[in-house]
Amino acid sequence: MNAPANASGNARDAILKSVRDALRRDPLDATQVAALDARVPRHTRPAHDEDLVTRFMRKFESRAGTIERVASRDAVPAAVEAYRLAHRLPQRAAVGAALKDLAWPDGWLIHHEAAGITEALAVSRALCGIAETGSLMLASGPHSPTTHNFVPDDHVVVLETARIVDHFEDGWTELRARPEGMPRATNIISGPSRTADVEQTIQLGAHGPRRVHVILVG
Amino acid sequence: MQIRSDEFKERSVFAIHDANLQTALGRARYGFVGKRAQQVADLPEFEQLREEAKNLKNHVLDNLDHYLARYEQAVVASGGQVHWARDAEEARKIILGICKRVGAKTVTKGKSMVSEEIDLNEALIDNGMEVVETDLGEYIIQLAHEPPSHIIAPAVHKTKDQVSDLFEAAHGGPRKTQVPELVDEARRVLRDKYFRADVGITGGNFLVAETGSSIIVTNEGNGDLTQTLAKVHIVTSGIERVVPTLDDATLFLRLLARSATGQETETYTTISTGPRRADDLDGPEEYHVVLVDNGRSKMLAGRFRDMLRCIRCGACMNHCPVYGAVGGHAYGWVYPGPMGSVLTPLIKGLDAAYDLPNACTLNGRCQSVCPVKIPLPELLRELRHLQHQQNITPVMQKRALGIWRWVATRPKLYHALEQLAARALSGIARRGRIRRLPLAGGWTDSRDLPAPTGRTFLELWQGKRGQR
Amino acid sequence: MTSSPTAGPRVGLFATCLMNLFRPNVGFSAVKLLEDAGCSVEVPASQTCCGQPGYNSGDYDAARALARQVIEAFEHFDYVVGPSGSCMATIRHDYPALFADDPQWLPRAEALSRKSFELLSFLADVRGAAVTVDARYAGTATYHDSCSGLRGLGIKGQPRALLGEVDGLKLKEMEDAEVCCGFGGTFCVKYPEISEKMVDDKVRNILATGADTLLGGDLGCLMNIAGRLKRIHAPVKVFHIAEVLAGFADGAGLADAPKESR
Ligand code: SF4
Repeated sequence: MNAPANASGNARDAILKSVRDALRRDPLDATQVAALDARVPRHTRPAHDEDLVTRFMRKFESRAGTIERVASRDAVPAAVEAYRLAHRLPQRAAVGAALKDLAWPDGWLIHHEAAGITEALAVSRALCGIAETGSLMLASGPHSPTTHNFVPDDHVVVLETARIVDHFEDGWTELRARPEGMPRATNIISGPSRTADVEQTIQLGAHGPRRVHVILVG
Repeated sequence: MQIRSDEFKERSVFAIHDANLQTALGRARYGFVGKRAQQVADLPEFEQLREEAKNLKNHVLDNLDHYLARYEQAVVASGGQVHWARDAEEARKIILGICKRVGAKTVTKGKSMVSEEIDLNEALIDNGMEVVETDLGEYIIQLAHEPPSHIIAPAVHKTKDQVSDLFEAAHGGPRKTQVPELVDEARRVLRDKYFRADVGITGGNFLVAETGSSIIVTNEGNGDLTQTLAKVHIVTSGIERVVPTLDDATLFLRLLARSATGQETETYTTISTGPRRADDLDGPEEYHVVLVDNGRSKMLAGRFRDMLRCIRCGACMNHCPVYGAVGGHAYGWVYPGPMGSVLTPLIKGLDAAYDLPNACTLNGRCQSVCPVKIPLPELLRELRHLQHQQNITPVMQKRALGIWRWVATRPKLYHALEQLAARALSGIARRGRIRRLPLAGGWTDSRDLPAPTGRTFLELWQGKRGQR
Repeated sequence: MTSSPTAGPRVGLFATCLMNLFRPNVGFSAVKLLEDAGCSVEVPASQTCCGQPGYNSGDYDAARALARQVIEAFEHFDYVVGPSGSCMATIRHDYPALFADDPQWLPRAEALSRKSFELLSFLADVRGAAVTVDARYAGTATYHDSCSGLRGLGIKGQPRALLGEVDGLKLKEMEDAEVCCGFGGTFCVKYPEISEKMVDDKVRNILATGADTLLGGDLGCLMNIAGRLKRIHAPVKVFHIAEVLAGFADGAGLADAPKESR
């Protein structure tokens, strides 16, 4: 612990020692460490009395996202096709493998790999929706590559109404429940990419998708 | 970047007369302030959250060694690597070492104030790498060869016209004049860089000890493209950014966007945990975190510990009338505004930035909006106290204070002098005011001095009471 | 009214430096308001300055010397009241901080802190039931919230409520009433260009209201703003709010020509 902090390899110990010196104490003992590890955070969560689906929709749309509701998962391909036509996109999409089993319309070119630089449209499935802010939560993995969320101009996200949770904390609970543990990237997305870096003027489609469209199932 | 805080006075005077800057500042000030106020009004729990955030940060700082160790364990468990840097030089060496090892030619960067603090770009460029800032604001000022003037909106001092010029010079014509065209052009140019990048460097708004994750919050998505498409992702972060759990991070997320840009949430909140998994289809192969001390652990020791609660939201500068008058560059280093006026002298030395703690009216607006309730005015005053103790305060000022104290602790003399002054000043007054006063140019160059009426209150009061 | 003036609390008037030198009328206004509110008022001759110039310049020893003098001059009163949020915030908040490590003076500083009030908050919050405003002012006024009073002492509603009782006065709020005017004590002479920019912004907001009168609770800010208003020949009168509430705003405003002459 008191080794001279000369080599850069000692930076870690030197910094931790400097922290303890500043706090005027020794390393915490086992009891103190156990108490910290057992600490359960309880913070105020913004209260609201809205129905979760209504709130999710209202908040998501307030941030320039668009939503279409469909009755069942089977209706997703038709909804994507309608979106494609409305935005005059080619019949080509990067589709998360989580949606592999859907019956895509004839003539579509579908792949499940990472998005390439020319990718125009991606379709992903969200792990959950967060009603608090109207945000989508997507977990990266072989079924949902992160590039799908950021590279294409158009991002269509499938979300089941039953998967809309109230607060961020409920989203973390979903993450913790995954048998494979934390995903490499957890993307919480609240509408299309935007910037206000030129004269405070809000402009959509800065680097990420210009449009984010949710297909709400159920 | 080279610190120029000793030129604060000169640069602030110029800033006030720089018409482009004043246009840009005027626009920004009302945007941020109004939007934040709306968000605060919409969230009844806001004050409660501020109090909880302050307490949580204090808890983390009290146990910083523990949470840093836990965080490190969790990063390693998820396949990432943690590097510790005592100072700017050590941090540069670590990052340069990683870049060289992987043979990096192109390095993309998301916005990171710590990388500004450690002068990272110059070091990478000197070693032959192409460094591309991808946050639109950072990209603009990189083209302009300028440092950021705001921690959230680095190019807030630039007008659209100036951006048009910069883009035309860098990308060729035809000159774009509309915001959508400018944003599109940057999007097109930067696309290619993301896909070519060997290393992507981002900051970290929060480091989560529970999961070993770093969290960044952006509106543009540039940070995500930076870290997803490069082969190596490096996170630079101050050691004070660690929080115990995801639930704890949430408390700050609720405050950050509202305080920073006046949004309920930013568009992207990204939690990054380790490198690409075996079956992942994208993501970086290596994930590194560089934890930078650079004076922070020393700040823990005393009065300035409060400053380590800072979550870099920029609300203090958005609400600071001095920042609003002179902009960020006058402050002469990486961090401007109230938080910078505290941090710069602490990191770079009290005498390197004499003016920063002094150029403040102590009006307290910064403290009243700070989401973690940092008593910024008190800290600035405390820095003045240190300057006074260490004889950094100008001799003339110290002498004047000495005389004032000597007189003010002698009530009879003090009142006699006030009576003299009341007579003298009212004698030279014309129509109730004094337009010019020797040695008082600081006042009378731009203002009249309201004249006394000839007798002091105490004098009149004693006379009146005597008559009773 | 339940208490006669003689039975009311004994109040020591804190005669701020600027008021004493530049605007005695504010002091007499304060005395009138306090007496009307049932207090007996005294003005200790052993007072000078609250010490804030030293404190804010980082000379804590000088500030403590002045603070001890104020404590000794005022601690035997029931209340200390002054017509300045800035000075009274110093006494209320900074004195205890200055003596935090001094077991002998800390209790005295804390005791004084507890009974020290800025004039308007004292009238509205402490003497509320006993206060009746009996004044006329023909004009439209706008009110500048001085920073120390506003953020240090929570003074915002009190002056407006009291002004609401002044006959004939119309209050018109300005944009950014809560933003600093650029005075800041020695700040305004150490950084005159920045201060000028700030006071110009303030002046623009005042003029935009079309009000003919500017009111405020701190002479420092008012002198700064009045000085700028007069320099640009703006036809706006400037008074301390106490002058209006006491009905003593019939003379010349700050930096205006005395009414008798010419
Ligand atoms: S000091 Fe407070 S207001 Fe300023 S950037 Fe830091 S957290 Fe935000």
